[in-house]
Amino acid sequence: MSLSVVRALNGGEAVALAVRQCNVDVISAYPITPQTIIVERLSEYVANGETHAEYVNVESEHSALSVCMGAAAGGARTFTATSSQGLALMWELLYVTSGLRLPVVMAVVNRALSAPINIHCDHSDSMGARDSGWIQLYVENSQEAYDTIVQAYRVAEHSDIQLPVMVNLDGFHLSHTLERVNMMPDSTVSDFVGFRKHVKVKVEYLNHEVPAILDGHTPISLGIIALSDYYYEFKKMLIDAMERAKYVIKEVHDEYRRISGRGFGDGLVDLYRVDDADAALVVMGSASGTVKHVVRDLRGKGMKVGLIKLRSFRPFPYEELIKALSHVKAVGVMDRATSPGAYGAPLFNEMRNVFYDLDIKPTFINYVYGIGGRELEPTTVKQIFDDLLEAVKGVKPSTYVKYVGVRQ
Amino acid sequence: MSSSNINIKELAKTPPKLLPGHRHCPGCTTPIIVKLVLSIIDEPIVVVNATGCLQVGTSIFPYTSWLVPWIHNAFENAAATASGVEAAFKALKRRGAVSDDKVNVLVFGGDGGTYDIGFQSLSGMIERGHNVLYVLYDNEAYMNTGIQRSGGTPYGASTTTSPHGKLIPGKPQHKKPIADIVVAHKAPYVATATPAHWVDLINKVRKALTIEGPKFLHVLSPCPRGWRFDPSMSIEICRIAVDTCYFPLWEYERGTWRLTDRSLTIARNPTLKKPIDEFIKIQERYRHAVTEDLEIIKELQTYVDALWEDLLRRCLVRQ
Repeated sequence: MSLSVVRALNGGEAVALAVRQCNVDVISAYPITPQTIIVERLSEYVANGETHAEYVNVESEHSALSVCMGAAAGGARTFTATSSQGLALMWELLYVTSGLRLPVVMAVVNRALSAPINIHCDHSDSMGARDSGWIQLYVENSQEAYDTIVQAYRVAEHSDIQLPVMVNLDGFHLSHTLERVNMMPDSTVSDFVGFRKHVKVKVEYLNHEVPAILDGHTPISLGIIALSDYYYEFKKMLIDAMERAKYVIKEVHDEYRRISGRGFGDGLVDLYRVDDADAALVVMGSASGTVKHVVRDLRGKGMKVGLIKLRSFRPFPYEELIKALSHVKAVGVMDRATSPGAYGAPLFNEMRNVFYDLDIKPTFINYVYGIGGRELEPTTVKQIFDDLLEAVKGVKPSTYVKYVGVRQ
Repeated sequence: MSSSNINIKELAKTPPKLLPGHRHCPGCTTPIIVKLVLSIIDEPIVVVNATGCLQVGTSIFPYTSWLVPWIHNAFENAAATASGVEAAFKALKRRGAVSDDKVNVLVFGGDGGTYDIGFQSLSGMIERGHNVLYVLYDNEAYMNTGIQRSGGTPYGASTTTSPHGKLIPGKPQHKKPIADIVVAHKAPYVATATPAHWVDLINKVRKALTIEGPKFLHVLSPCPRGWRFDPSMSIEICRIAVDTCYFPLWEYERGTWRLTDRSLTIARNPTLKKPIDEFIKIQERYRHAVTEDLEIIKELQTYVDALWEDLLRRCLVRQ
């Protein structure tokens, strides 16, 4: 284990620091609250010559991602960051990034979508991008934000994957909150991520393998049109790569644990006192910390409750979730996003779906919380557990989709 | 080619960078423009293509017509994508990962991808000063989707979304002065060209490549399908566009305006300037202007004359 330094950093600074250490070549971003800390710090690093990266100050998030895509196609390691409306503006290109298999890494500082305009945290921005072919990782605290950025490059650029990665951290709760962060020496991170390597493809015309980048000399066509005779196969290859990402996320996470001494479950899901639990909550992001605190309290009172922190939403680790939760009697799914018109919010839908074929399965209840930055108090979490424990006793819930803390 | 005297026989010997067999319509001027532009550009080169006729017609999987590194990202972001390619080379050079000192980054975008949906990213690219040559091939409408009006469509032209009707006589607005707008950005080099005036076009590309920063080349690209003329007339119609001063040939280089080629000749001998009717009457998109709405020609003539006079003033030509 290498010598690490403890620093007081907020989530935005932790992300920027990790990006500086990751040998990133091109950074392009556009200011938006609450992401702005990241781009401000990165601009300072570039201005002070603390990185060789080229920083491109663009006129919109759409162009920020376009610059990263052009740069990644040119062989560079790239980084961008955004929130909310910015991610929504990028939406068109999210699909192009994954379709072109460009390993861009983006920090999404989660924030509610307008209207009404709101700068505070929820996950409606990243949930809107859930089918875009990006790997989506959610972090609990600044430390995990730092660690996950470093891991993200290894996952994105892995020769079996070649997909963009979105690292999600909760706006303000993480981006603006000072926490203890263990940072590794520059050389340790640099050794772990190396410089970007390029996968090779066989070009029929040249009859040999060449790096799949625009090197200025090799005639590679990137971004072709594929119609009904080929388009489907491209999409299936992307789906297969996303499936493979599960083992790569785990593998990279294990390797990172060895050099840092830190880990988050198996890298996909992180379990806290679930082994013998009757009731458990599935959570993504910073609320995991609050729930963990409540679980500890309730366990002290002899209540058999637990927490499943879902770190990877895309790919969705259904096998790991089945293994972890099959014995649990009632599972509460904490969604920080809504899906108007759907039966429950996105995470709830996926969770229930995964267990459909099992003969004995938990009762699932959806708890929609924290919308537009609405505070999640420990007392509320306690009430949610009380509600779940009623279901454990066999009481049929009045409704399976519950909106926590909303005024009617 | 490095010689300043361009010889078409020599030019024809240069290895093609856009191969034949693409899916462009007969008489389409866009591949001619691309071949002319690329004929004098050496490696290292990266071509960025906005969505449009050129991209769709040259890259239907599993085939490609491009013998140079080429990327198509989306419709409105070719300039931003090119900015990224240029930034990548800079950063990779800085850390010693590439040996080339510089790379020729080119954009080919149509009028829709440049005047309209791609305008913001173009403006951003110029403001940031990226070393990119942006080539606009202007066929004056959204031809790839079936002839819809764009900011580049001229006054009175009938398109499928600005049809000539009982109430409205074709497109009610004039063409956006895109090249002037780029000049207003203080881009170091801006020029117009047509594939008919190919020596002029090649000279402009060559000059542009010697200039650091964002360069913009506005090339008229007549479209037989959209303008409704016989495909054999594609090159001739470029000549008429210049002779009528509908599309004057000029260049702007760091504060200095110059007329070039045929437009310079016309400026020196104004009797060579032809009336706009000659440009209008050979295009079916203007049929109504010849048969019914005779005011359209008058309005176009007034507009073209005013722009020409203005251009002469900028180029300090006295008549």
